[in-house]
Amino acid sequence: MANFYRDNADILFHMHNLDLTRVVDLKEDGFSNSDNSPYAPQDEADARDNYDRVLAIVGEIAGDFAAPRAREVDAEGATFADGEVTYPKGIQETVARINQADLAGFTMPRKYGGINMPITIFSAAIEIISRADASLMLVFGLQGLSDTICKFGSEEQKQRLLPRFASGEVMGSMALTEPDSGSDLQSVMLKAHQDEEGIWRLNGVKRFITNGCSDISLVMARSEEGTSSGRGLSLFIYERDQDMKVRRIEHKLGITGSPTCEIQFNNAKAELLGKRKLGLIKYTIYLMNGARLAVAAQSVGIAEAAYRKAYAYANDRSQFKQPIRNFAAIYEMLTDMKTMIEASRTLVYETSRIVDIKEGLEERLEKYPQRAADLNDELKRYTRFASLFTPLAKSFAAEMVNKVCYDAIQIHGGVGFTKEFDVERHYRDARITNIYEGTTQLQTVAALGGVIAGVVSERLNEYEENFDFTAVADIFQTAQKMRSHLEMAISFVKEKGDSVFQEFHAGRLVNMTTDVINTYLLCQNALRSERKKTVARVYLSKAYLRVKANLDYILANDHVLIDLHGEVIDKEE
Amino acid sequence: MGLHLIVTVKQVPDTHNVSGNAMKEDGTVNRAALPTIFNPEDLNALEEALKIKELTGGRVTCISMGPPNAVEVLKECLYRGADDVILISDRRFAGADTLATSYVLKCAIERVGSYDLILCGRQAIDGDTAQVGPQIAEKLKINQLTCVAAVTAVDEKSITVKRSVEDGYEIVKSRFPALLTITAAANEPRSANAKKVMTYKNIGKEMCSLSYDESYLAADACAIVDHIREWNVEAIAADPDQCGLSGSPTKVKKIQSVVLSARESRQIANNDAGIGELIHELIEENIIG
Repeated sequence: MANFYRDNADILFHMHNLDLTRVVDLKEDGFSNSDNSPYAPQDEADARDNYDRVLAIVGEIAGDFAAPRAREVDAEGATFADGEVTYPKGIQETVARINQADLAGFTMPRKYGGINMPITIFSAAIEIISRADASLMLVFGLQGLSDTICKFGSEEQKQRLLPRFASGEVMGSMALTEPDSGSDLQSVMLKAHQDEEGIWRLNGVKRFITNGCSDISLVMARSEEGTSSGRGLSLFIYERDQDMKVRRIEHKLGITGSPTCEIQFNNAKAELLGKRKLGLIKYTIYLMNGARLAVAAQSVGIAEAAYRKAYAYANDRSQFKQPIRNFAAIYEMLTDMKTMIEASRTLVYETSRIVDIKEGLEERLEKYPQRAADLNDELKRYTRFASLFTPLAKSFAAEMVNKVCYDAIQIHGGVGFTKEFDVERHYRDARITNIYEGTTQLQTVAALGGVIAGVVSERLNEYEENFDFTAVADIFQTAQKMRSHLEMAISFVKEKGDSVFQEFHAGRLVNMTTDVINTYLLCQNALRSERKKTVARVYLSKAYLRVKANLDYILANDHVLIDLHGEVIDKEE
Repeated sequence: MGLHLIVTVKQVPDTHNVSGNAMKEDGTVNRAALPTIFNPEDLNALEEALKIKELTGGRVTCISMGPPNAVEVLKECLYRGADDVILISDRRFAGADTLATSYVLKCAIERVGSYDLILCGRQAIDGDTAQVGPQIAEKLKINQLTCVAAVTAVDEKSITVKRSVEDGYEIVKSRFPALLTITAAANEPRSANAKKVMTYKNIGKEMCSLSYDESYLAADACAIVDHIREWNVEAIAADPDQCGLSGSPTKVKKIQSVVLSARESRQIANNDAGIGELIHELIEENIIG
């Protein structure tokens, strides 16, 4: 009997301490219960109690049901025969349980059959599921897709489609990538045209489509003939019929339980979602941002699984007549792993909270347009924060889980390299997190604008105004010093006005930003718990040096690598 | 149409988390010192009932005899899909052994009225007697299928099950009404349903007198649960002398914590001579023979 929510003290800490007042108020529209739902909460405490209970159900399914099946899911993998995809038995069984528990419409409004959970709670749920089985997250987490229909679809589309998602009757996929359009989605070529009856038809191939075999896909296609930019793309809702063929599935390093499909549309009938030409620039950006946050949460979950196994092994395994955890080399790894996991978690929750508030404000604005004057400024602010924090959380958590799993195998030594232990699976599963939904390098590009434009300072100012850090003054002083290092680096790059130099240091600037934000968030956690104060101290002791080193490199104004990289990589002796 | 399935459930101390003060001086369980949980095999019984309901249609009624806070296990039943739940609670039920418990549950089941199947967990983890289910069946004079490891077929009139017996299993078919005791092997119980949890978590319970509760017997009365019915001795028309301590012939004389250990282990040579020697010794000491 394992409950992956109840046994996780750190998630419980956040669920207890997170400031969700604004989030809950927006999500419940002032507890109006306008749909007369029997399961709507009465007030904030009631809503939080719901969140706790729902996460306990997720935790039970993850711990008792999914986790014991994960190894077999990985070994069996998704299979492809005669044009059809079969999910591993363990995934099928757990998905049935998830549907039975009414968890398939997690964030969806109650009026369409969902349970109306905030994204913050969804992130926690995704982490919990991913700790059990990273492949399973690709079904559970992809319900975010129905959010896109919910946000941009017509009322008729919503009423027709959303209850089917909520009941688990249909699963979704997002069909964006093509063989020649990966990071560069503006170049998508799959063609959409209207036939003589005005019905949209899709023609072309999509590749690397998670759950591409699913019942409903959101397909990005070029609807404007003769265009080549992102503004010629629209998003379509496609319901599976005989006009779409799964050509093959990929044989992957990890997340083998999730089918990654190559699919071909042969004049397949589809319907437009929202407006033409907004497919990439509005709807897909929204869809991808949701998916990025989900991958961040998935990363934390995989890391949690790997860390727990490494910790248990390090205590259990004796060498030189003592448990190996006593050796500095091992306890340093364990401490770094746990500190980075907790830092990622606090960043994922903060990002989720920001996204929740942004989404809530947009909904409220749509519902009460007369309040635009009150809401617009706040919405703009939270939109800026969401655009900055989402890529930060995704890149930090994804790189973190790769390091954590690497070290988890290292702590296990030789046996960690074998299939007898789970850490090798976690290591393989982790490897996709910093690639899909935009590589870490692309997250850097996405975050850099906000870093350069001062959005990070804007948010840090809010933290300084809203929290009294005197109780943790000693560590907060260092955090502020880090902040000034970051701002110094940003000004240096800006003043230089050299776009090549800026691009070269983009990753460093973004990493510095994440380190500074994390220290501010950990200092906030530290106000609530003595242990968290220690975690913040430990994080700071290394983060300060990282930030300092990055600043030194940037200020050194060193162009050696920029100027000479071709000499090294293109020429031989 | 559809079947009416009754499931008996029990709130038990979590014996996996037993601490030093689990037993009181007088030899009864110190419930205050133990967290309480849904008796595990009762969850298997509920799961089986819900699966049968999904197949044949019908409704599932869960009943529990226990103190007022046993209402928590009944809420767990609602969270998983039970249509109605009834708490059988009265100070006069306290201290019941299996005889008195089965008597009370039999009275409550008669009060519920017509049914096709009664499903019980094989045994509770606190007493481990496995007696209550069979005793209810005896008192109701209906068939009993005990230690059910799987339900293999069910239709509107009968059920076929696989029973665990000492050397394997046997397949048995019975007409309705019948009582089943379900083992952990039968299924993996479902989790609570999120919507039902949020719907039912705050409902209260209400004491029902016999006259008040006639409406319950109407077929569609339990479409919506707005409170949990609570029945006392009078409500189930039970004889107080057969309930609780006064109806329990079992008297606990003493409870002792016995720790079994293999202090005097001995290696026997793995050959005919070694085994022969051991057998000889066991016969000598009248352990076998």
